[in-house]
Amino acid sequence: MTKSFYEFFCPVKVMAGSSALEHIPYELKSLAASRPMIITDKGVRKVGLTDHVLSAFVDTDMDIELIFDDVPPDSSLEVAETAAKLYREHNCDSIIAVGGGSVIDTSKAVNILVSEGGDRLADYAGIGVLNRPLKPFFVVPTTAGTGSEVTLIAVIKDTSRDIKLYFSSYYLLPNAAVIDPRMTLTLPPHITAMTAMDAMTHATEAFMCMAKNPISDAYATGAIKKISENLIKVLDNPSDVEGRLELAQASTMAGIAFSNSMVGLVHAMGHSLGSLCHLPHGLCMNLFLPFALEYNLKEHGAVFGELLLPLAGPEVYARTPASDRGRKVIQHIRELRDILHARCNLPRTLSETGKVSRDQLDKLAEMTLDDGAVLLNPVEVDLDEARAVLEKAW
Amino acid sequence: MNTQVASLKGLTSLNVNLDGMKKTYVALMMEIIGRSLEAASQIDPVIQHEIKRLPEEFSFEMTALPDGPRFCMRKVNGCNFKYIGRKADGPLDASMKFKHVSLAFLVLSFQESTSRAYANDRLLVDGEVSDVMKLIRCLNRMEVMILPKLIAERAVKRYPKVNNFNKLAIGGKIYARFVRNVVTGFTND
Repeated sequence: MTKSFYEFFCPVKVMAGSSALEHIPYELKSLAASRPMIITDKGVRKVGLTDHVLSAFVDTDMDIELIFDDVPPDSSLEVAETAAKLYREHNCDSIIAVGGGSVIDTSKAVNILVSEGGDRLADYAGIGVLNRPLKPFFVVPTTAGTGSEVTLIAVIKDTSRDIKLYFSSYYLLPNAAVIDPRMTLTLPPHITAMTAMDAMTHATEAFMCMAKNPISDAYATGAIKKISENLIKVLDNPSDVEGRLELAQASTMAGIAFSNSMVGLVHAMGHSLGSLCHLPHGLCMNLFLPFALEYNLKEHGAVFGELLLPLAGPEVYARTPASDRGRKVIQHIRELRDILHARCNLPRTLSETGKVSRDQLDKLAEMTLDDGAVLLNPVEVDLDEARAVLEKAW
Repeated sequence: MNTQVASLKGLTSLNVNLDGMKKTYVALMMEIIGRSLEAASQIDPVIQHEIKRLPEEFSFEMTALPDGPRFCMRKVNGCNFKYIGRKADGPLDASMKFKHVSLAFLVLSFQESTSRAYANDRLLVDGEVSDVMKLIRCLNRMEVMILPKLIAERAVKRYPKVNNFNKLAIGGKIYARFVRNVVTGFTND
């Protein structure tokens, strides 16, 4: 069915491939920046990933002014405000985020403060509060899953009120996303698997949910093809540079897809589980994906059945009757999860996590309905139905 | 050429008239929705259950940008919404803003559901997400209880299973309370 109206927007310059990091100095200079600050976390710095970025500045006419590596896994207003203060003290003029979701979100928040002025980040929370371009901002992802390098949202915790603040603006989008295979080469297998399934879920939900559109569909199917062709290959051979690059690109493509067409029930349940039981986002996505697809199968299987082509290839697609493709997509994803469970011990059910108790299911169902992602799930979900899906996922 | 200019002017004036009609319709519907939600919150236990879980004094607006029709409401008595009118009586906790009055018209004339409007980027939703979700469920429930099924089906993503007798009884009470509130103003009983 043709969509009556849609919007698609992604102004982020993607620089992907071999020696991508070495393009950063030139690109910064073209934006009249010369004193960048790196924002990262201690883990990323410890394994030497920031060194790759530093070496890209050797023999250039600019230096990294400051490395801030105090970003925790769940960043807060205080962390962003501290980083912004240091940025000002060192007279920096641009930001390079090197890390995963938390680092990227923190960097977006720091960019708000250093561009708009002031010390209170909470003043800028909400939609469309920002109304002018921010400082030059580059993102170098070190995981292949979140897609945050191409999204316009940052989520930061307000620890004093114990709530998450959402910042949303087109001006939060980075100027460039730098996808260099060196940055994901050392990811351990279970994180490689978890983040790839995060990207797989972004793409699948972008293709399935109510705000889907022809352009986001193209990115979503492209991402799914890359993940299904490369994930197992990379787990077999972690130093497969080409496969790593394919997964990293897939993550960015899935990010572009879902930032334009949003997500649905898998994310609604995943956000709730992550928040209540402190489980990694990618793990939650891997866990709920087939169960949410099953919930949508009857009314929407014909739509996501088309994903069988990028997921399983032309032969499987051709020999599967159109009416059966939705079910086959679910079966294929289940088989992939079984492999990941066998190889990386990635949980497939709530009970396999060992961190969820059955009496939390009611609370999880309630939280699922209160999550914004459920609004765009193609099939309506009520409390009993959410509880039933969680029961199946037990 | 003169004929073309004249016909363009005619077309422009027709558009202006249509836009004016849409704006009037949207303003009327927003007042009806606000006052219906106020009445429904005094009658329907399902809506009251949702409001109970909102923060005290929670307030929100629905409006059409840039300065179109608008209504504001505030939580009172622990489980009711009070219709405030066009002008807010304090800071707002959440908002639902249509990007243009014509886009509000699409939703309020039941050509598009609220979730479809959101999916089509016609509607901006701001505020604490969990509160906004409760608010949307209140609006959906209110529409289901007061509108004929044929129309309500177009307003919500899925028309829920409701007992027709129950719907008639609650819907009737909401209409009666709506009239009473308009005539006598909001009362607690």
